[in-house]
Amino acid sequence: MLDTQVSSSAEADTPADLADSEARRATGPLSPPRSPVRTRGGVWGARAEIALLVGPALLVFLAFVIFPIVMAAYYGFFSWAGYGVPTDFVGFRNYLTILQDPTFHDAVRHNAIIVVLSLVLQGPIAILLALLLNQKLRGQSIIRVLIFVPYVISEVVVGTGWSLMLQTNGAVNGLLEKLGLGSFTQDWLSNPDIAIWTLMTIITWKYIGFAVILFLAGLQGIPEELSEAAAIDGASYWQIQRSITLPLLGPTLRIWAFLSIIGALQLFDLVYIIWGQYVSSTAGTSTMATYLVTNGRNAGNYGFGNAVAVVLFLISLVVALIYQRYVLRRDTDGALTGKAGR
Amino acid sequence: MTASLQTVNIPGVRPRGPRSSSPPVRRGVGRPLGYAAAVIVIIAMLAPVAFIVIGGFRSNSEITTDPVGWPSVWNIGNYIDVLTGGIFWREVLNSTIAGVATTAGVVVLGLMASYVLARYRFRGRGALYAVFAAGLMFPMTVAITPLYILVKNLGLMNSLGGVILPQIAFALPTTIIILVPFLRAIPDEIQEAAFIDGCSRLGFFWRMVVPLAMPGVITVGILAFIASWNSYLLPLFILNNEATFTLPLGVQAFSSQYSVDTAKVLAFTSLSMIPALLFFAFFERRIVGGLTGAVKG
Repeated sequence: MLDTQVSSSAEADTPADLADSEARRATGPLSPPRSPVRTRGGVWGARAEIALLVGPALLVFLAFVIFPIVMAAYYGFFSWAGYGVPTDFVGFRNYLTILQDPTFHDAVRHNAIIVVLSLVLQGPIAILLALLLNQKLRGQSIIRVLIFVPYVISEVVVGTGWSLMLQTNGAVNGLLEKLGLGSFTQDWLSNPDIAIWTLMTIITWKYIGFAVILFLAGLQGIPEELSEAAAIDGASYWQIQRSITLPLLGPTLRIWAFLSIIGALQLFDLVYIIWGQYVSSTAGTSTMATYLVTNGRNAGNYGFGNAVAVVLFLISLVVALIYQRYVLRRDTDGALTGKAGR
Repeated sequence: MTASLQTVNIPGVRPRGPRSSSPPVRRGVGRPLGYAAAVIVIIAMLAPVAFIVIGGFRSNSEITTDPVGWPSVWNIGNYIDVLTGGIFWREVLNSTIAGVATTAGVVVLGLMASYVLARYRFRGRGALYAVFAAGLMFPMTVAITPLYILVKNLGLMNSLGGVILPQIAFALPTTIIILVPFLRAIPDEIQEAAFIDGCSRLGFFWRMVVPLAMPGVITVGILAFIASWNSYLLPLFILNNEATFTLPLGVQAFSSQYSVDTAKVLAFTSLSMIPALLFFAFFERRIVGGLTGAVKG
């Protein structure tokens, strides 16, 4: 899911901005060819080519992305079991139910905790690792590959493996006992005080490689001359990292944070696989997306599920727009942006 | 220490641009720490994977009495059972079909659309680009229920086609956003030369753009393939018949069916990791390059 969003940051983050950057680009040095020297068919030929080339992609995209999203907004106003045409119009009742449901409040709270903890846990660890690994080390490429392994393994495999290891008689508790730390053994998955931290550990393990790889790439975009100059002026290694590297890594950090926030808001697979549809709410790990699937599809209440989807989308959108407005904006205005390899 | 002296004293000897891979090393502080960090990270990353793989060689009684430990006898029976059972290969085949078809669809449709968006000038081009790019704001989670109903109405339930088409659609925004700058960077002179030589715009597309865009195409193709290989939510909704299960659904079904036979579940799980890991190891440079390229724009 993350990789889909990687590129959202590449160009811009909202349609408005895209149009913007598009307009700017059209006048830029890389604008499309001036006048084609010789073409067959003229204007109508060109239009036919455009239709032929864009048509299929646009059709598939409209049919399987835009249409379902629009339908979600529509179905959300009905009480509907998913068969036939929805007729039982209920107005905003689904939305009222959602907003008054304590289970949903819990899910939103869990999502918020996951968003914050993802940033707080993964960010510093990944920065530190990227700094430490951003030197000439023997076997650097193999290190990069190995860090990335958990990111490539599917969520289902990760979930299955970890849930086996974390059972009360599983490998984690077994390891603790072998190390003489038997008093630390826990019911990692169902103790509601601990389960969310268990989830955060798994999330960190799975996704930190992505952050490290992004940061490493960002670090390699920082001109060496700057730290060389600072070193000549007598700055220590850590002073250089703190005063030069980190600020210049800013754009990469902010993009990673954006992707991480959106990914955390839409977290589904890991929770659903490890905690299943019922346990997650009592263990304190349910998310908006698991609430959607549990109370929508699994309960046979498709209208309600769609209303949840709309709420989830609106929350993500608002967060994305706020972030775009107050955080990413700096990158479009900032003087450092150009140098930092963006 | 030597490295740091070199970089400080003779900066002009080796030409080093901002993309240079030789990183700043100062005063030797980092390097031992770097190795230490690398070792810790690799252990942390691989220990769970090792547990799964090694667990598949153990017996259930061993796992119950001592969950962490080496197998007393390396028992390949679990792996043999999975590999000769048929279920595993059927699911590998389904995942492969879905992955290859998704990748092919994304690459073909994405490349054609990106070509137009990058190199044709027409009214509404910006809007068209914005429509595709807006897709990034719509994760599949939000659209999943209507998508399920749409697929059902199209009669594609329990068929891989019902998974492939939405996956293509949802992968298009990323693909287009990565490919458009790529195609735009092809120098105009090449295009003009081709036109002077009597090449039509479509001919230019086939003869010049497709070969020149190959590196970008490979990156988006790999991203689409891995996303499809690992995808869970969509198959969970669309594929209810075991004969059409892809690997992720298969792993989950297998682990609930054989929940008492932990060793066998571990064997099945580790075998299902192998294809994605091999694929990744093979294309690592491309994937990492594609991700970082996408972020750096």
